[in-house]
This record gives sequence, structure tokens and C-alpha cells, in this order.
Amino acid sequence: MQGIIEYLVSLNLPLLTEGTARFLVLLVVASIVAVVAPASLIILTWLERKIIARIQDRIGPNRAGPFGLLQAVADMIKMFTKEDITPARADRIVYNIAPGLAVFSSVMSFAVIPFAPGFVGTRLNVGLLYIVAVGGLGTLAILMAGWSSNNKYSLLGAFRSVAMLLTYEIPMVMMLVIVAMAAGSMSLADIVDAQRSMWYAVSMPVVFLVFFFAGIAEVGRSPFDLIEAESEIIAGFHTEYSGIKFGMFMIGEYVHMFALSFFSAVLFFGGWHIPFMDVTALPAPWAAIIGLIVLLVKVFFFVFVMMWFRGTLPRFRIDQLLDFGWKFLVPLSLVLLIGVAFVVKLFSPGSSAGIPVPPGPLSGLGIAGEVVGLLVVNLAIAGLAMAVVSALARRSRNKVLRAISAVEPPAAVTAQSKP
Amino acid sequence: MEQTLFLLIAAISVIAALGVVFNRNVVHSALSLLVNFCALAVLYFMLNAQFLGIAQILVYAGAIVVLFLFVVMLLGAELGEKVTSWLTVQNGVMAVLAVILLTVIGTAVFESVIQGARGDFTPEAVQQYGQVQLVASALFTDYVLPFQLVAVLLSVGVIGVIWLAQRHQQSSARREFHD
Repeated sequence: MQGIIEYLVSLNLPLLTEGTARFLVLLVVASIVAVVAPASLIILTWLERKIIARIQDRIGPNRAGPFGLLQAVADMIKMFTKEDITPARADRIVYNIAPGLAVFSSVMSFAVIPFAPGFVGTRLNVGLLYIVAVGGLGTLAILMAGWSSNNKYSLLGAFRSVAMLLTYEIPMVMMLVIVAMAAGSMSLADIVDAQRSMWYAVSMPVVFLVFFFAGIAEVGRSPFDLIEAESEIIAGFHTEYSGIKFGMFMIGEYVHMFALSFFSAVLFFGGWHIPFMDVTALPAPWAAIIGLIVLLVKVFFFVFVMMWFRGTLPRFRIDQLLDFGWKFLVPLSLVLLIGVAFVVKLFSPGSSAGIPVPPGPLSGLGIAGEVVGLLVVNLAIAGLAMAVVSALARRSRNKVLRAISAVEPPAAVTAQSKP
Repeated sequence: MEQTLFLLIAAISVIAALGVVFNRNVVHSALSLLVNFCALAVLYFMLNAQFLGIAQILVYAGAIVVLFLFVVMLLGAELGEKVTSWLTVQNGVMAVLAVILLTVIGTAVFESVIQGARGDFTPEAVQQYGQVQLVASALFTDYVLPFQLVAVLLSVGVIGVIWLAQRHQQSSARREFHD
């Protein structure tokens, strides 16, 4: 990006100072991101329908265009030309703002993503907090839509979504804190640079898994798609929306999912870094191009994994979902936070982002030691969590079995089950 | 340029604050509060306090307003209660307190010499480190005791809520048992 700005300035055009050149380049790049992110809906819906069709032994869309590629375009045209209905006694202002806020919150999260070496939207040094803050606005959009529709199913869907999003936000933020501790920075570009030698998904696999599950819940996709459980609450918070406003909620959902894939790739899979090759050392245009391609391959892998989940996993029940969040993920993430903080402190080098701190007692072992230490702590905590959960499950199962055998004599059970 | 932007944002935040007070519908009030918080966050960004601005959006817009809306919608209390008379003792006390608060803030603004960049925290130093590191190093060295006191206060709140909820649950369970 700096190269383009310097080239524009060297053209010596009138009115084109360094400041205006920077403004123009940023404006163009921001417009590209803001258009491409919602437009990704077209390719993502096509991919989703094709992949799920294959999982369910069908062919999927195959009529409109080659391989059904134009199916999504046809759907869009249909959706945008449909009648726009506002329910009677709906709160008009809030009802119309909500879809816009949903798209806004998910597109805004692309502002901090480092796409390729040198192409970083904003080097915001609170990038991780920004992700969480912008995601929180999406919750508001859902709540506004559910309330203003003047429909009990919409309101129920909105309540569910808020309960769920607040639950899963806690483990997700904890995992972001862990990444910030390990990298010594909250800027996403710095976090990518910190993974030059080893991806965090390798050194901290449990942290990544907790982040990814909590993230899927935040996005509201299967198996956590309680927000729009068709069998229970029609379509959840967007029951009353039709036409382009419904389309905007759909854009918000898919862009959010795309953004989660970007965050997984950037925070845990090294962004543009690949093993045995230094992408940033390539000559000028190639570093950016290959870096972007590497990142996009990782991103589409996560998109595929999320669609795979949707094709194979049934939906959670609401009480199971909240139990899983509060009784498993939150305690696990607290223990992980303490464990990783301990290891990071043990192996910490002399300074953190310009501020000198005393080096840890094992800092002589370098990055290799830190990676091994993090991996050991992660696996130990995962083993411990599994042991505790299975012991508790066995105990509660025994209690239920005892209660059943106390109520009715076992002979009656066998007599009934015989024929 | 910067002053125009400041005046614009300040006007938005004042209008939103008035909207909080004068809206008949409680949900609209809460949404005005959201606009007010976001305008304040933009003001913090303009003062180069990125961490504070993001924390403002994260805590107030993301959590507090959502909780307000959640409670209002759950109770179905959108239209609130009808105010019979503004001349109550409560409102009088509030008016006196508001006047005192405004006097204190006004004195602080007009009497003291405002120096933006003093001590170690000049804008250059802030930009050099990145604000998160600066906030953290101040919070965990010079102000660690107030920080921990706040942590204790928050824990007390959380534990109190859990205790109240559990007691309510137990007593209702006992009542069902006796019935």
C-alpha cells in the first residue's frame, strides 16, 4: 500500500500531496472491501448449497449457468424484487434500522484484517477489542429486529440469541486475551508477525478449538443456530422481514461467517505465513499476491469446515447449549487463561512491545521452548477437562439410574421390554 | 477540520442525550443512549485514546445497552408509566444534585489551566508505544490497589446476584414441595 502511495506522489499531479494520495488509496481499498465482503454472499451461498448437497447425496443447484453458478444471482434478483412488507403496529424506525446495523457490524470487522504483507486496513493497536466491540453491535441489531417486528416468535428468537451470544462471548474474549498475551500485542498485523515461526493453532490447539466453537456460536451457525430454529420459532428474529431487508440479514450472517474464517486464519493459522517459506521476503508485488492467496486458501478451508458442520451435526437444545457454554467452555477458558499466562511468563523475552520487562526464568530456551511449553499445558488442561467431565457425567447418570430403579421395580421393566 | 468534526459529534451526543430523557418509548430512549455512547467513543478516538473509545463501545454499547433493552423487552415495559406530576421531592433532590455536579465540572473546566500533554504521556509517547501497553503498565504498577478494589467490588456484585437467585430458587422449590 505504501508503494502505491509513493508511486502516486511521484507522478507529481496537481493537488496530489502525500495526504490526499493516502486518503484516495485508503478510500479505494475500503470501497473494494466493503463491496467484496457482501458480494461474497453469492459465492458462499452457492458453495454452501453444493457442499451440503454432496454431503446429503444430492447434486444441488445445476440449472442456472454452468455448475449452477448463477443460482445465487437468480436468488438475489428474486429476493430484491419481492414486496417489502412492514407488519402492522411494528416500530417503523427501529424495524428499518436493524437490517442496516446487521450488515454494518459484520462488514466493519473487515477493517482491521491484515490481508497481505503491506495491505493492512488499519494498524489499530486495539484490533482484538475492536473485533469484539463491532461484533457486539450485531447482537443489538438482532434484538432491535426481534422487538420491533411486533411478533412473539421474533421476540423469542431475539431473546434466545442474546442469551446465547452473551454466553459464548465470554470464552471467545478469553481466547482473544490468550492470543494477545502470547503475541504481546493486540494489533492483528503484529499477531500475524508473531506466528512467523509457529502457528498458534499448533502450539495452542485447545485455545483454537474453544475459539472456533465459541465463534460459530457467535455467528449463529449450525449446530448453534438456535436463533433461527425453524422447528420451534419459525425463523427467529427475522420472521417478519421480507425482500431486501431479509436479504440484508442474510448478507450479515454470511459476512459474519466469512469474517470468523478470516479471524481463525489470521489469529491461529499464521495469516499469510506458510511453513518452510518466507512469503514476506518475496519481491514486491509477489509478496502481497501470494500472501493474499495463502490467506484465502486458509479462509475457505474454515468456510468449508463450517458448512461441513451444518451438513452433519444436528442442532443443540437451548438448555444443552447454555450448559455447554457456562458449565464447560467458561471454566475451561479460565483455566486455559491461567495456564497460558504462566507459560508465557516463564518464557517471556526481555521486552514486550517497547516496554522493558524482566525476562522469564526459562527465556534461554527461546521460541522452541515456549511452543513445547504451551503445547504441554494445552494438552494437560484438555485431558483434565475430559476427565472431570466424564466423572461428572458418570455420577449424574448413576443418580438417574438409581432414581429410576427406586421408583419402579426392575422386574416390570424387563417384563415390558420382552415382547 | 478537527474542530468542525468535534462540534458535529458533540451536537449529536447532546441531541441523543436529550432523546434519552424526552422519548416516551423506553426502547427508543435506550437506543438514543446507544447513539450517545457511540458519539462519546468517537470523541475519545479523536483524542487519540483508542483503548478508551473501544472499551466504551464494548462495555456500554455492547453490554449495558443490550441488558437495558433485554430487561425492557422481557418485562414488556416499553411505554413506561405515566408521569402524573413533575413536582415531586425526588425530582427536587435530583435537580439540586445536578446543579452541584454541573458547578463542579464547570469550575474544573474554567478555573484550571488545561494542559493536554504533561508528564510522560505526551501524544508522541502515546503513539510510540501503542495505548494498550501504556494503559496496562499504568494500571498494573501505579494504580494496582484501586484496580484490585474495583475487582473486589465487581466480584461482590456477581456473588450477591448468584446468592439472591439461588435463594429465590430454593424457596420456590420448597413451596412447591409443601404444596
